[in-house]
Amino acid sequence: MTGHPLLRVRDLTVGFTTAAGHTDVVKHLAFDLPRGGALGIVGESGSGKSMTSIAIMGLLPKGAKRTGSIELDGRELTTLREREMQAIRGDRIAMVFQDPLSSLNPYYTVGTQIAEAYRSHRTGVTRREARNVAIEAMERVHIRDAARRVDHYPHQFSGGMRQRVMIAMTLSMEPDLIIADEPTTALDVTVQAQILDLLAEIRRDTGAGLILITHDLAVVSEVADQIVVMREGDLVEQGTAERVFCDPQADYTRMLLDAVPRIDDEIGLLRTTSEEDR
Amino acid sequence: MIRFLANRLLGMAVVLFLVCLFTYVIFFVLSPDPAVQICGKNCTPEAIDQIRANLGLDQPFWQQFWTFLSGLFVGRTYGTGANAVECVAPCLGYSFQSSQPVTGMILQRLPVSATVAIGAAVLWLLAGVSAGLVSAVREGKFTDRFITGLTLTGMSVPNYVLALSLQFLLVVTLGWLPFPQAVPFSEDPLQWFMNFLMPWIVLSIGAAAVYTRLTRANVIETLQENYVRTARAKGLSPGLVWRRHALRPALTPIVTIFGMDFAGLLGGALITETVFGLNGVGKLAADSITKNDQPVIMGVTLLAAFLVVVGNMVVDLLYTAIDPRVRVGSAA
Ligand SMILES: Nc1ncnc2c1ncn2[C@@H]1O[C@H](COP(=O)(O)OP(=O)(O)OP(=O)(O)O)[C@@H](O)[C@H]1O
Ligand SMILES: [Mg+2]
Repeated sequence: MTGHPLLRVRDLTVGFTTAAGHTDVVKHLAFDLPRGGALGIVGESGSGKSMTSIAIMGLLPKGAKRTGSIELDGRELTTLREREMQAIRGDRIAMVFQDPLSSLNPYYTVGTQIAEAYRSHRTGVTRREARNVAIEAMERVHIRDAARRVDHYPHQFSGGMRQRVMIAMTLSMEPDLIIADEPTTALDVTVQAQILDLLAEIRRDTGAGLILITHDLAVVSEVADQIVVMREGDLVEQGTAERVFCDPQADYTRMLLDAVPRIDDEIGLLRTTSEEDR
Repeated sequence: MIRFLANRLLGMAVVLFLVCLFTYVIFFVLSPDPAVQICGKNCTPEAIDQIRANLGLDQPFWQQFWTFLSGLFVGRTYGTGANAVECVAPCLGYSFQSSQPVTGMILQRLPVSATVAIGAAVLWLLAGVSAGLVSAVREGKFTDRFITGLTLTGMSVPNYVLALSLQFLLVVTLGWLPFPQAVPFSEDPLQWFMNFLMPWIVLSIGAAAVYTRLTRANVIETLQENYVRTARAKGLSPGLVWRRHALRPALTPIVTIFGMDFAGLLGGALITETVFGLNGVGKLAADSITKNDQPVIMGVTLLAAFLVVVGNMVVDLLYTAIDPRVRVGSAA
């Protein structure tokens, strides 16, 4: 199916109807992600970034209403039945969440949780095979001593290692698209850089498309080649990373850029997070 | 792990020692002189002195307490010479009323209380957890609100009201059940079952209501957890998400509370056993309280304390086995 972008989002709107009335938290969003491309979605807290990502996954909470179109490889996702969407989740689109500790189940070993997607998408997977898949995925995210660590529980890992485990979880099925929602926000600065490097490396090696969601422009500058800037559910600016950084069109983008402490004008060196952003 | 166990055992010993000390003080030091009580109406000062000497009441407090405590572990001898009576460990003394050894009286009644407790526990666990699950699945819907309404009723009706009205309804008015009559299981299993049915129901309703609410709250809370979202994002089927990622974390805390509740009940259900005329530890306690039979009251109290402490310990160990965060320490 050539000619289709990997992901094509058109007029995506997510709204909540509560007792207080109806509010749209994502409004008429539209963007394309080419095969193997990396898109950064940037915006302050509450701008609708997470809602966008879970709308793509079809995991919106009860009471949320989604309209518009989401096409994966030319296939419309919004009209799929739940079962069909299940087959896509974890297999073709995988997701990394913000807080790695609470996103991992404390009752199961990381190996079990990494192999879980693989076991549920393939039939007749043996225990040993699943374990090997988990070990291999852990090696790919550079967790040392993976054959031993595979039997450890999430609480036995440090924050950065837990996020590596989360990323390993997305790898077992070799997805076409990885969505990472603030994958580094809960981590300290040096570990942040390592995780971003890892995401870039995985994208390079597997050819998977990447959507990186963050409130931190410095983070996005490391990885993304396209940037979407959101504010209160609206798309305020969109363009190549270079263009958005060097020649921001919207005042809001300029404001976000000003929040990034400039140690150097070189984009690649911007790795520090600003406190006000948190 | 070994250290953990040793710590727990030590803590348990300390708690039990304190319980012994307090009950001893309350029952033997602060109560009216038992010797006078035993001696009865036509009593001479000499007779009282004799009884005091036999019971060791003429000795200083710590000496008495020590004798009592060692009696629990190695037994003790009452009186001297030809009148000496050997009380084997665990010796809880003799009833002022019937002169029988307290340990024997309790052991004889323990099976009845255990039967009551086990049956009730099975009933409330099954009813509570399943009603809680249904309620959680149907959150906010009619079924959920109906169950929640029932639990409110179940929790607010006192045991004795429930016991008496159930007896009136099922036995007197409807005649569905025969009047409770103690029959050994081997003789007539059906009658035995019928006999225990009402106490089981009465004792389990309150707890079932609590467990329903607990299960419901835990499941609903667990479903909000980030790891449940992760599981769904992996493309697991809803059934698998439920079974693997929601149920286990949601039901684990229930194990803790169940152990405590069950242990408490094993030590006798005072009101229920009395209302239904079941000759268990609870009824023994009730009877000895009315007759001020101090050694028996004390024995029953110690048993209850012992069961709760041991239950607590078992729960802790169980929890260690269930929750990996407790079982394996975190890596440095
Ligand atoms: N269940 C809900 N009901 C109503 N409104 C909601 C609900 N969940 C989120 N929202 C609203 O949707 C808006 C967008 O939330 P979203 O989580 O997408 O923001 P975000 O850009 O990811 O912010 P952050 O950087 O804090 O993660 C917020 O204003 C939030 O209040
Ligand atoms: Mg968010």
